[in-house]
Amino acid sequence: MELLLPEFGLVIFQSIAFLLLMFLLAKFAWKPILAAIKEREKSIDEALSKAELAKQEMARLTSQNEELMKSARAERDLILKEAKTLKDSIINEAKTSAQTEGAKLIEKAKIEIENSKKAALAELKHQVSSLSLDIAERVLRNQLQDKATQQDLVANLLKDVELN
Amino acid sequence: MDCSHVFEFKVKRLIVVFTLFLAFFSVTPAAFAQVDTAQVTEGSHAQPAAEKKFDIGKFALHHIADSHSWHVIGHTYIDLPVILYTKAGVVNFSSADFTTLEDGKVVRDDEAKVVVEQKGQRFVKMHEKIYYASDVANEHGQFVTLDEKHHATNARPLDLSMTKNVVTLFLSIIIILAVFLSVAKGYRTNKGKSPKGIQSWMEPIILFVRDDIAIPNLGHKYERFMPYLLTVFFFIWFNNMLGLVPFLPGGANLTGNIAVTMILALATFCLTVFNGNKYYWKHIFMPDVPWWMYVVMVPVELFGIFTKPIALMIRLFANITAGHILVLSLICLVFVFNSLYIAPISIAFAVFIGGIELLVAFIQAFIFTILSALFIGMAIDDHH
Repeated sequence: MELLLPEFGLVIFQSIAFLLLMFLLAKFAWKPILAAIKEREKSIDEALSKAELAKQEMARLTSQNEELMKSARAERDLILKEAKTLKDSIINEAKTSAQTEGAKLIEKAKIEIENSKKAALAELKHQVSSLSLDIAERVLRNQLQDKATQQDLVANLLKDVELN
Repeated sequence: MDCSHVFEFKVKRLIVVFTLFLAFFSVTPAAFAQVDTAQVTEGSHAQPAAEKKFDIGKFALHHIADSHSWHVIGHTYIDLPVILYTKAGVVNFSSADFTTLEDGKVVRDDEAKVVVEQKGQRFVKMHEKIYYASDVANEHGQFVTLDEKHHATNARPLDLSMTKNVVTLFLSIIIILAVFLSVAKGYRTNKGKSPKGIQSWMEPIILFVRDDIAIPNLGHKYERFMPYLLTVFFFIWFNNMLGLVPFLPGGANLTGNIAVTMILALATFCLTVFNGNKYYWKHIFMPDVPWWMYVVMVPVELFGIFTKPIALMIRLFANITAGHILVLSLICLVFVFNSLYIAPISIAFAVFIGGIELLVAFIQAFIFTILSALFIGMAIDDHH
């Protein structure tokens, strides 16, 4: 039962000491500690929200980059395609022009050949005729050395004329 | 909060089980012990055997009570100053004056046999309490008159002595201040950084008090009561722990002293009453019941204002005192059995209970704080 009776001295000392302790701790410990904790929590929250914003910004930038890349790729494809068609057309053009040029040359060559052939033939004809005239002259000269033969021949020729 | 109640219940049940276990052991061998001690001491002293038998209750109660001197070890004591406010003003002397020399040995008196005279007044000390001495001694040589229960009936001066508990109180305050001022310094030096050293030990507990005790019970108005809740939590916790240390600077049973718990409970009571808003008082004086029920309800509610802090006071006192008695009783098993072979068992149990007491030290601080927060929260609640 004695344990349940508070001693007056301890009551007084405990009241004073506890109030003093609370005052000192509140002023010099709890106030700065709680303020510091609160401030730190605030800064952590802010940092987290900032990180979230940065993440969103990053995602936005990434998607933008992707879009840019896509369009660039498309443009490249387009350019390549154009170049290819251009190349094809150039080659085709070159081919056709070469062909026409070739054909023209061949035509020219043919005409040239024809001309040369004609000239050669004419030369040949001329030489053949002069040669045959020469031969004929020599033969005639040889055959017309006696008078009988000449008369024969003239008679034959006149005969032929009559027949015609 | 619900969990904590369950937990408290479990711890209490454990204590009950061990107390029963102890009772089972201590009843039967007590008789043997008595015989043994009587035989041992018969030759040396002429005192009757009954007086020398080991009284476990008396021993435990003596150790958990306050004292004017601090027992260090063996025959070494620290004598603390006695300060009395008497009819003739303040009287101040050392508690070492309550001693006599017998055959060259110092005998410490706690049975009102040694009278100290100061400023024309005579004082005696009995069971660590100081009385005005009677003019003549009774048949046992004690300068007090005793009632039938052997309690002194003499008048007492106002005792403002530096007793063991008062010294421990100041010591614990120095320790708490040293710890938390260095924690606060840590917040200044590591501003905006993660906590270091003792700061990182205490920060989780401070956050625990804020996030699990104050905010759930007090809501957005918690900041006003944080200094009180933190102070009361750490005061109780540190002193509970200090009380578990069996040697200097521990050993005092401060939080198991009713005067200390009374002041703590009174603080909660004052905070509740002075912060109570109109809804709180309306709930007490004009509860939402038919008017004829007021005859019953109002006295019950009024009674409730006082029973809550009284329950706080008793709970802390009883839990800590019970723990101390349990540990002391387990250690005393050696003397009860009067055998050294029982020592391993009693030490094993004392270590086990000591471990539980460490838990109880925290849990009781937690419960006192959370209930204080709950009572204050009920008083300041806006919506009814």
